[in-house]
Amino acid sequence: MRYSALSIIRNAFSGNRDWQPAWREPEPKPHYDVIIVGGGGHGLSTAYYLAKEFGITNVAVLEKSYIGSGNVGRNTTIIRSNYVLEGNEPFYELSLKLWEGLEQDFNFNAMVSQRGIINLFHDDAGRDHYARRGNSMMIHGVEAALLSRDEVKALVPYLNYNHARFPVMGALYQKRAGTVRHDAVAWGYARGADMRGVDIIQNCEVTGIRRDATGKVTGVETSRGFIGCNKLALAAAGNTSTVGQMAGLELPIESHVLQAFVSEGLKPVIHHVLTYGGGHFYISQSDKGGLVFGASLDFFGSYAQHGNLATVEETIEEGVSLIPGLSRSRVLRSWGGVMDMSMDGSPIIDRTGIENLYLNCGWCYGGFKATPASGFCFAHLIAKGVSHEVSRFMRLDRFERGYAIDEAGKGPQPNLH
Amino acid sequence: MASLITCPHCGSRPKEEFSIRGEVRSRPEPAAPFETWYRYVYVRDNPKGRQKEYWHHVLGCRRWLVVERDTLTHEVYGVTDAAAYRASEVKEAAE
Ligand SMILES: Cc1cc2nc3c(=O)[nH]c(=O)nc-3n(C[C@H](O)[C@H](O)[C@H](O)COP(=O)(O)OP(=O)(O)OC[C@H]3O[C@@H](n4cnc5c(N)ncnc54)[C@H](O)[C@@H]3O)c2cc1C
Ligand SMILES: [Zn+2]
Repeated sequence: MRYSALSIIRNAFSGNRDWQPAWREPEPKPHYDVIIVGGGGHGLSTAYYLAKEFGITNVAVLEKSYIGSGNVGRNTTIIRSNYVLEGNEPFYELSLKLWEGLEQDFNFNAMVSQRGIINLFHDDAGRDHYARRGNSMMIHGVEAALLSRDEVKALVPYLNYNHARFPVMGALYQKRAGTVRHDAVAWGYARGADMRGVDIIQNCEVTGIRRDATGKVTGVETSRGFIGCNKLALAAAGNTSTVGQMAGLELPIESHVLQAFVSEGLKPVIHHVLTYGGGHFYISQSDKGGLVFGASLDFFGSYAQHGNLATVEETIEEGVSLIPGLSRSRVLRSWGGVMDMSMDGSPIIDRTGIENLYLNCGWCYGGFKATPASGFCFAHLIAKGVSHEVSRFMRLDRFERGYAIDEAGKGPQPNLH
Repeated sequence: MASLITCPHCGSRPKEEFSIRGEVRSRPEPAAPFETWYRYVYVRDNPKGRQKEYWHHVLGCRRWLVVERDTLTHEVYGVTDAAAYRASEVKEAAE
């Protein structure tokens, strides 16, 4: 059923008893053309675009828990395309363009809100860095503005403008950036894929990858039995190494936990996405009124979906130092997600050395904004056998070849990206 | 939780005093093949479970340590000075 204002009215008259589930709960078939491991944003968007754009519908998404239980439902929902490097910027800009048309495309309200991102800087080096970033965006045809201190003050008057150590000197501003309701993204893609024939199979953990004598992948062992496939596509985010090991893949990935926080509901007070250049703190306000914020990784490798208190303290100290008024609001919840941190902070969308095995990983803490383009480019690769133009730098062998995409210039130290 | 790390030199100290390098991988000989160096620099085992890691006690004795830890439960099993760890590794290899 297509969702529309009319369908809401019609269902209201019948007491809302006729709504159908948004996707089926099918039993796994013995064999699929494509199996996708991981029902996060990237797995589901890959399935959606495979079916919608490339006509491949005999597809299953296998999710060990329920869809949206991973990072797609744990992130702080920021979307933007303010990258520097040639390997990244066109990709993230395609993603932002897809976000702009997504709700009409998959007929689901994902609450895409282009409220703008303000990346603050507090010293000359910070300004140079952001000027360069803005220039790089403009070279790639993406609008950016460098705001003066007064312009920032007019937009966000509530910051600590008398900060002794980190005075606000200005900001890089991308107006088209914003936030999206993350659960709705998982649900919208799931529904759109399901409508086109894709089987979304929840509570189905992949426990092994079966290969024939030539080494070619032929299917997966799962908690619900063996399921055969022609092509196997991994989109397991924080569990990429664990799943990759099932096929003997050696990967440039470390798993780390990132925490996020939400305050009690407040009246609208923060109208943009804000990032603090004196630390890693960032914040926005959800439509329900909760302040959604976070900062750095916990710094040690982790597969636990929760973090430790020292990071909570650090995050909130940073926040209060930038926005003193925050000290009066109460934190309602905090949680963690397991990030697939790559060696250069950039993702991988590629084939592997193993026939029929495709890999999508390395999203670090920036993969939510990538969800549409990641699915589109991964589907393109799976369907056509060649990389999409904008993801052509995101190769698995780039480290070996000396072509890392190191946006932050930090080197092969994942906890610093 | 890995909130306290027992440094062999300084005793039980809060984790925030340390900086973390990541999993212990033995450094190849300078003339080792390119492939070996590539794997040392870029590839990680990234196990879900027990792992040995390099930690640096930056706000303490400034010694490098090897911390054996569980990446899922965050339980710490043991902490050794990295030089002592290396010596025992070399000795094991020789035996
Ligand atoms: C706290 C936090 C804040 C973040 N903030 C932002 C942000 O503001 N903006 C942004 O762009 N990005 C952000 N991110 C990053 C973003 O959420 C991730 O990069 C992205 O969601 C990862 O892709 P995914 O949605 O496919 O992952 P996931 O949703 O984690 O999907 C992977 C799925 O694979 C499943 N799986 C794993 N192993 C198996 C198996 N063996 N068998 C079957 N299924 C399996 C998992 O259960 C999981 O559902 C944030 C992340 C966190 C944790
Ligand atoms: Zn010490």
